[in-house]
Amino acid sequence: MPRVKLPRKSTNIDMTAMCDVAFLLLSFFILATKFKPPENLKVDTPESVSNKIAPEKDVVMITIDKEGRVFFSVSDNNVEQKKDIIQAINTQKSLGLSDAEMANFYKNASAYIAVPFSQLKSFLQKSAEELKGVNLPGIPVKDSTNNELVDWMRAAVGAFQGTRMNILVKGDNESKYPSFQGVIMAFKKNDQMKFQMITNPVAVPAGTELYRLNQASGTRGAE
Amino acid sequence: MAEMDTSGGGGHKKGPGVKKGKKLSTRVDLTPMVDLGFLLITFFIFTTTMSQPTAMKLFLPKDVNKPEEQNKVKESAVLTIMLGKNDVVYYYEGIDPTKLKPSTFKEIRDIILDKKRRTDPKDFVVVIKPTQDATYRNTVAILDEMKIDDIHRFAMVDITPDEYKLVVVTQTANGIK
Repeated sequence: MPRVKLPRKSTNIDMTAMCDVAFLLLSFFILATKFKPPENLKVDTPESVSNKIAPEKDVVMITIDKEGRVFFSVSDNNVEQKKDIIQAINTQKSLGLSDAEMANFYKNASAYIAVPFSQLKSFLQKSAEELKGVNLPGIPVKDSTNNELVDWMRAAVGAFQGTRMNILVKGDNESKYPSFQGVIMAFKKNDQMKFQMITNPVAVPAGTELYRLNQASGTRGAE
Repeated sequence: MAEMDTSGGGGHKKGPGVKKGKKLSTRVDLTPMVDLGFLLITFFIFTTTMSQPTAMKLFLPKDVNKPEEQNKVKESAVLTIMLGKNDVVYYYEGIDPTKLKPSTFKEIRDIILDKKRRTDPKDFVVVIKPTQDATYRNTVAILDEMKIDDIHRFAMVDITPDEYKLVVVTQTANGIK
């Protein structure tokens, strides 16, 4: 019987199509990725089971660094509010800031306040490059009679009138409680009872109450 | 797809005496390029989803000075947790701070759940008192613990000087510097 000869097929596959797909996806992901903005303050945030993504708009951010120093900043797209805040502080405390000094705060992206009012003028004269490596004292909060964050928060509340302000606290793992206590005090004095703390998400430990609750409702984390 | 017409000469036939140039294949092996593409894709997929920070909500109660406006809690239904140095937790039930016992973050879950089981869920309140030696990590961890243990009523209160003294005494007794 004559054998049926199978024609030998080449094992070379045309990779062009696959290559096209790969690079299409690659370009999509490159464009879709938001890179982390360069952080001038290194903060190592704690972990929590919360899975709610932190808001990015209309944010008033209070940063507490490793040594417990407190910094104040506003999200970059709220230039108007930033301007209002710095002007309100300027008139309230009669600091005599020039327009250029105030513009240094509200026009620059990721500008932050890291000094008491007494040093604010000289602080705002410096650019971001000049501040690198300078030991900044932070906003005083620990002394309840001289909690300057209260004034900053009051200015922020005034500037954000009508819009929803998201207060975020970004604290470092190693910072001590008194700084955080001072920050809470500043919120309370301005009747800002609701705030959010930035954390790194972790999974809910298995077998706990929340785990069982989530299993029942079909969600994975906590609000 | 990625082939080019390599026959050359505009399609007309060459005479018999004309030597044909050696035909080089324009096919390139694209496998390594695909490999590289997918490698980069996986990199970007991982970096995009992982860097999203989350936020934990906290509602503060309003400070009330008048005693008649303050929330009343049953003495037996209160568990007070104090956060001390070196990630040590101190807790006591009821209102007597001298009964405080040291614990750790690993054990505190069982203590909270045990207390929760023994008390009426209507009355159960956890009072969190971070001392000045507690770190921010501890504070967030204990608030997170409230969420994990599904406790709805908890309060963050400043520590009284007497309680802090007791914590310090216990710390020195246990050799925590």
